[in-house]
Amino acid sequence: MFLINCPFCGEREQSEFKAGGEAHIVRPKQPTELSDDEWAEYLFMRKNIKGIQFERWNHVHGCRKWFNMVRDTSNDQIKAVYKMGEKPPVK
Amino acid sequence: MKNKYSIFSLIKNAFSYHENWEKAWKDPEPKKEYDAIIVGGGGHGLATAYYLAKKHNMKNIAVVEKGWIGGGNTGRNTTIIRSNYLWDASAGLYDHALKIWEGLSQELNYNVMFSQRGVMNLAHNLQDVRDLKRRTHANRLNGIDAVYLNTEEVKKFCPIINTSQDIRYPVLGGTLQRRAGTARHDAVAWGYARGADEMGVDIIQNCEVKGIKRNGDAVEGIETTKGFIKTKKIGVVAAGHSSVIANMAGLKLPLESKPLQALVSEPVKPIIDTVVMSNAVHAYVSQSDKGELVIGAGTDDYVSYSQKGSHDIVEGTLNAILELYPIFSRMRMLRQWGGIVDICPDASPIISKTSIKGLYFNCGWGTGGFKATPGSGDLFAHTIANDEPHKLNAAFNINRFVSGDLVDEHGAAAVAH
Repeated sequence: MFLINCPFCGEREQSEFKAGGEAHIVRPKQPTELSDDEWAEYLFMRKNIKGIQFERWNHVHGCRKWFNMVRDTSNDQIKAVYKMGEKPPVK
Repeated sequence: MKNKYSIFSLIKNAFSYHENWEKAWKDPEPKKEYDAIIVGGGGHGLATAYYLAKKHNMKNIAVVEKGWIGGGNTGRNTTIIRSNYLWDASAGLYDHALKIWEGLSQELNYNVMFSQRGVMNLAHNLQDVRDLKRRTHANRLNGIDAVYLNTEEVKKFCPIINTSQDIRYPVLGGTLQRRAGTARHDAVAWGYARGADEMGVDIIQNCEVKGIKRNGDAVEGIETTKGFIKTKKIGVVAAGHSSVIANMAGLKLPLESKPLQALVSEPVKPIIDTVVMSNAVHAYVSQSDKGELVIGAGTDDYVSYSQKGSHDIVEGTLNAILELYPIFSRMRMLRQWGGIVDICPDASPIISKTSIKGLYFNCGWGTGGFKATPGSGDLFAHTIANDEPHKLNAAFNINRFVSGDLVDEHGAAAVAH
């Protein structure tokens, strides 16, 4: 349980949000030209990092907007929150 | 040869106030080289080592564990054992394990307290009823015992369930697998450790893997906190940390690691003599031999390695428990904890070779790995020893995420993942 600073609504309880998995996975530009390996990589393979991870979240029980988050998955500390389309603020 | 545990050894040791029991396993320093190394000293890893030594005659092997054996998910799960899975591949895998459970205490000479008290899965809506009936038929075609119960039969089998049709999610029926049940989770790890140790397996605790050394497309050994250990075969059984180990070898796995919570109540007199699971409201409960209610909650939806979970997950589970069992309304909960489970997109495990020679993974068990411990160890040992999967785990290869031939148990198994 932790607090999330929604870039649109401010600080709310994590239970108001839905996690959307790893961020910055780019949808293939030419899906018809992808090999099976490339599809598997896009659809299923995840970094699943222990440490600093970039991920997507949705404020489902609030503004219902998607945004990005940088979080340390080893202790659930949130490092930064930024809007969709913005560059990650920390490395 | 270790001393056999028996009523006579118990009496004999009573005379010396139980102070002279032989150590169940040694605490060796790692050798320079092994024929195979198992990474992860939980139930699955220790079982793998045990069957490698016993069935495949590989005695020069080691299990390395970063903490203490059985201290991870083996000691954190809710100990439920069943094999009533929908798909043929899963049914084969889990029933293989269940059959080994049935003789495990005798085989290991270690009481794993396997108790076939039955597992009942409840239906709360029409779709549940249809799904559970379908699964019952599928189970019986696969030779797995399963019966469908109507509401009255559910009430008769477990009288404390609230079967009033006026509650929010009324009980419309359920399935029962009588061969299913529970076992003592720690004992499984200890029993396999003792058995493996007796055959010469080195069980090395407090030894964390820091890197995997590769020579081209083959493995050469592991870097650990106790130094470099050479080996040609590495079997990784690291549960929630599988991706961490995979990253060391430059591999990516289709896994997400999430906290799964469980909790136990204060101990009370026997009140529930079976295991009841409910998929729709996500609550399951059984009673330990100590008298505690053992309650399984759900997973959080975000990746985390923190071994903590969100409070609202526990709250949701307890709401469901209270509606189904009003008798527990004044029970107090003693402990709550989380374990990190590695979940595959199809909620089925991976027991497989990889693209790197000599590197094998047994992972992705998600929320339900404990029940498979003996079968998982047996099949993973076969895969490592022969460099080929056994026919029972052939479907659980890592390549299924490329071919698309998934074992899609998501929601089709007896409980939500």
